[in-house]
Formats: sequence, C-alpha cells, structure tokens
Amino acid sequence: MSFPWAKEYTPSNPVMQFLDEKLPLPRLVYNAVGAGYPVPRNLSYFWNFGVLAGFFLVVQIVTGVVLAMHYAANAQVAFATTEHIMRDVNWGWLMRYAHANGASFFFIVVYLHIFRGLFYSSYKAPREMIWLLGVVIFLLMMATAFMGYVLPWGQMSFWGAKVITGLFGAIPLVGEPIQIWLLGGFAPDNAALNRFFSLHFLLPFVIAGVVILHIWALHIPGSSNPTGVEVKQESDTLPFHPYYTAKDGFGLGIALILFFSMVFFLPNALGHPDNYIEANPLSTPAHIVPEWYFWPFYAILRAFTVDFLFFPAKLLGVIAMFGSILVWFFLPWLDKSPVRSGHYRPLFRKFFWFGLIPAMVILFICGGAPAEEPYVMLSQLATAYYFLHFLVILPIVSQIEKPAPLPYSITEAVLGSDKKAVLGENATPAV
Amino acid sequence: MTKLLSIRLVAILVGLGFAFIALYSFVLGAYAAMTEEPAGHLPYEEPRDIAFSFDGPFGKWDIQQLQRGFKVYDEVCAACHSLKYVAFRDLEQIGYDEGQVKAFAASKQVPGIDPNTGEATTRPGLPTDYFPSPYPNNVAAAAANNNAIPPDLSLMTKARGDGTNYVASLLAGYAEPTAELLEHHPEAAPGPGLYHNPYFPNLNLAMAPPLTTAGQVTYDDGTEATVEQMSEDVAAFLTWTAEPRLVERKQTGWPVLIFLLFATVLAYLSKKQIWAAVKPKKH
Repeated sequence: MSFPWAKEYTPSNPVMQFLDEKLPLPRLVYNAVGAGYPVPRNLSYFWNFGVLAGFFLVVQIVTGVVLAMHYAANAQVAFATTEHIMRDVNWGWLMRYAHANGASFFFIVVYLHIFRGLFYSSYKAPREMIWLLGVVIFLLMMATAFMGYVLPWGQMSFWGAKVITGLFGAIPLVGEPIQIWLLGGFAPDNAALNRFFSLHFLLPFVIAGVVILHIWALHIPGSSNPTGVEVKQESDTLPFHPYYTAKDGFGLGIALILFFSMVFFLPNALGHPDNYIEANPLSTPAHIVPEWYFWPFYAILRAFTVDFLFFPAKLLGVIAMFGSILVWFFLPWLDKSPVRSGHYRPLFRKFFWFGLIPAMVILFICGGAPAEEPYVMLSQLATAYYFLHFLVILPIVSQIEKPAPLPYSITEAVLGSDKKAVLGENATPAV
Repeated sequence: MTKLLSIRLVAILVGLGFAFIALYSFVLGAYAAMTEEPAGHLPYEEPRDIAFSFDGPFGKWDIQQLQRGFKVYDEVCAACHSLKYVAFRDLEQIGYDEGQVKAFAASKQVPGIDPNTGEATTRPGLPTDYFPSPYPNNVAAAAANNNAIPPDLSLMTKARGDGTNYVASLLAGYAEPTAELLEHHPEAAPGPGLYHNPYFPNLNLAMAPPLTTAGQVTYDDGTEATVEQMSEDVAAFLTWTAEPRLVERKQTGWPVLIFLLFATVLAYLSKKQIWAAVKPKKH
C-alpha cells in the first residue's frame, strides 16, 4: 500500500527483530509515520493540521479521563463537583481549562484541516473515502462537544441541551416523543445528564477508531499536495521521517504556545459567563448561544424564519442545519474538475475566496449574535450562498472552468524544469 | 456518466431549493424590517475599566485589598448573599492564620444535628465548613426579598461579562435616572421595590444600594472606606472567591510558555537543518 520505492523496515537490534517477527508493531509505525512512508516533498504548513487534530484528540482524552475521576454526573451535584475540580483537586483547574480550551483548539485545527481539504479538493478521487470518514469524524466531534458542554450543568449547558434536543421536536408527528425519549423526560434533568456523560465518555474512543480508518485510507493513495499533481517518481517524495516529523514538530510547538497562552492567561475567553451560573429551569438566559465552533451552523438553523408551504420554519431550519454538513458527503461527486488544487482553478478560486469564505465569516458572526436585525437577514443571504456554492456553483464551475496549466510533476513544481541543475546532488534525499 | 449527471442535477435542484427558501425568508424579513419599528434596547453602560492588582499576565493578589473586601462581604453582603463554594479554611489563602480562621469559623453558626436527639440545630463553624447561607432555602430568601432571590456570590465575577469591573461599577453606580433617559425611555423609570443603576442591563434591579455611606465598614488597615473603595475591594475579594487559583494559574503559565518557546525554536532549527539538503538551490 505504498510506493515501490518506500524503504523497508530492517531492524538490526535483536529485540526489535524478535518483536517484528512475532508482532510487527514497529513495522506498522515505520510504514505509517516513519521513514517507510514516502510523502510528497512539497507539502505546505496547511498539511500540519491532521497531526495536530490527532494531538488534540489525545489531549481531550487524557484530560477528560482525569476530569471524569472527580466529576459526578448528577443534576444535584454536577455544578458543585465542577467547582470542586477548580478549587480543591490538585491541578484540577489546569485539567478543566485544558479540556475546555482543548475542545476549542481541536475544532480550530479541524476547521483548518477541512479548509485545506476544500481549497485543494483533497476529497477527489482517489481520496473520497478519506474525506467521507473525515466528515463522519466531524459529526462525531460535534455530538461529543455538545454533550460535553452540558456536563458542568450551568445555565448554557441546560438551555443548550433544551434547544438542541428541541430540534428533534421539529420532526413531524414523531418529533415530540423522540425528544422525550432522547432526554429521558420532558426537560433536561438527571436522566439526560447521565446519558450525555456516558456518551461523552464513549464517543471520543469511537472518534479514535474512525481516525484510524481515516489514516488507513490515507495511506493507500498517500497524501495529496499543493499542486494536486499525483506522485509520479521517487524524486517527488521524501520519507515522512525525518522530514515531516521535523516539520510537524515545529507546527506542534506553535500550536502548543497558542493553546497554553489561552489556558493560562485567557481560559474563559472562549466560554460564556452564563455557564458559571448553575442550571435553573425557571430562568431563561437573555441570549442562548452555543459554543463558538457551532455558530455558523446555528446561524443556518435560525436563518429559516418563515413557514414555507406545509413546512414549518423550525423544521426547515433543522433540515438546513443538518443538510449543511451532509452536503459535504457528496462533494467528491459534485466537483468533477480533473484539477485538484485551487491554485490552478481561476474560477473556482474566485468563488472560494469571495463567496464561500465571506459567507462562512458572516454565518460565524451571526450565529454568535442575538436573533435580531441585521444579523438574521445577513445569515439568510449567507445561508443561500452556502447551499448555492456547494450544490449549484461547484458542479457548474467544475464543468465550464478552463484550468491553468499544471506542472508536469511535483519535482518540477518544486525545483523548476532545470532538473539537471537542481537534482544533481540532491537526486536522492538524505535520511 | 448519466448516473453522475443525475447526481449533480439533483444537487443543483436541491441547492436552488434551499437558496430559494432562505431568500424567501430574507425578503419577508426585509419587508418586516422596513415596515415595523425596531425594538429598541435600553441604553445601559459598560463597566468602568478599573485597574486591579491581579489584572494582566503578571497580576498578583493585593492581600490587604482581599482582606478589606472580605470584611465588606462579611459585614454587608453576607446579610443576604451566600458564598457556598468557599470554605472557612480557604481564608488562609488570603493571609489569615489558622487561629484567626478557627475563630472566624466559630463565630458563625452552621447547620448541625443535635448529637443526643438527632434534631436539626446549629453549631459553631469549623474551618472545614463552608460559608453558611443567610437563608434556610430559596423560598425563605424570596419571601424576605420581595420575591427576588439574592444570588450566590462565589462565582459572580466569572458569571458576568467583565465581571470584576462590573461588580465594582454596579455597587458604586446607583443613581437616579437622568431626565434625558426618561424622556427617550419612559419605561426605564424604576418600579416599586426597584432601584435604578445604569450598569445593570435592565437598568433597574431589586437590590437596594448596599454601600451608601463612606465609613460604613471600618477598615483595619486604615484605608479610607469610600463607597468606591469598598466596591472595588469587595469586587477584588469576589474575584478571589470565583477563582482562588487565578494568580497560581498565571504564574504557572510563564515557565510553561518559556519552555515551549525554547523547544519551538529548537524544533524550527532542526527542521531547517533537516530540510536544507533537499531544498532547491537559489539560482
């Protein structure tokens, strides 16, 4: 499942030879993230975010397991045990702030990872399965993050749970029974809190499983690259180790500096003050807003303000919100341009930078703002563009666009066409 | 080929459908916005920007100020507001010794059980006890306060935007509504049992001005107890109750960041060196 010039694992140490014979785990690592995995030599820093997403998944699991040792999922005491962690558990404040901000950073790096995938069309053949698994991971992340936010049992936890489970109430006929079944009652309470805790503990391990499939699927065609031209020859690639381990190490350092700056100096900047008020079913917050990473989708939900034919507005909003992510599943078959990279797609690039990105920014801002003008009207325009972009513009543009000429190979893109001058001494990469 | 074409055809129709309905909502909303009066917001003021010793990345507690604020809480706020996540033992963190904490705890009555009869009773507090609530339950709290339950103050400065400044501004900010405000917003006039405060988002709140006269609390360290001073001191104290680990957090952050900066520079240099051999030569 790799290029023919991939280096083979040849352990010289007798212990490693023994291990390789009985259980070839070192071989697996060597071929996955070691010198045995040839990677395009021209990857930019946009290719760092997959490794970073994996790192933050580990941060979340480690801090989360520690927090679960001190937290009690009971509506009577959940808020108090969270404060117990903050005040009396040794380094509890660090664990909780790292977990809360870790969720935000997990989403930041995953959004940049998805951005990379969209601009460089990483979803195209032969990488459709990697993309589909990635969308599954994203959906699981959203579910996990939502349920995790309920656990401290603050005001936003409670009312967020009420609003989001209320979405299922919009389903015609069976909606209300489904909502009651999901919550285990008529409103979020102990039953809901307990099952959310159980699922919040389970789903990260499901995510880890799908991440393994995601990486497995990646290793069949190998990584895409900024030119979108597939690997043709050995000089197009470099072994993952040491080249990309070093590059990812630097990227990880930058990410950690930003992450710990937030954890130690602005730990509550991405949260909502209302979640430091204990849940109170009798007092509705002035503005119910989800965590920042849900704002674009929350804006789409709220953009549908009027009934249309026999569809109530709420149902339309729910369909659109889930639909806005489900459309990603169809991207490999909607964008039929043979060219992958946005760098060589002049028309696509215009719609991407001047259409999709502004629309996402508007949706992000409107999702965090109160449901009043001009935010509602802006989010309606941006929602319309969002669906037009993926479902109408992308299929048509990919049909009519005349792409710019592509380089013959990655080697040519990196080193220029004068191969003799540039490949002479570096024809084979140093390891 | 025809199959793929049909997928895209369906997609285009679905996309046009979503866009049409979103734009239909937009047009009706735009029409409503043009024909209806927009609902105005009451103009409340953002909290004043007050300099506290614990602000910024190098912030430290001002122990004297925390002790003054604790005295304001104990003598004024504690009459109505609980502080249920703070234990007497925590007071050792703001400069009181074990004996002082024991004496203070013993001066408070906390709920207890009579060891002979099992009846509910009260007993003097121990350092391990938490600050007792002034009311036995929410019903009693509401009954004593014109149906408005005084909120617990443990987390107040984290439960409001810009919380420390907000608490200090609010406590010192009670004032009669201005004539200009009442002219534009007649609904902003305080109702019965309500008090006007420009920093409160509704402009009128049920809490009577708690700090009214200079010298209301006698400070042990000789600081002049103006209303502003007492407001800032109690806001500082409540910042400590909301996050006792705040200074420890900031002080832990620096060595972590300095280490990471160093490690990242090393990572960059090693990356540069490893890649030097395969980078194209500059012509």
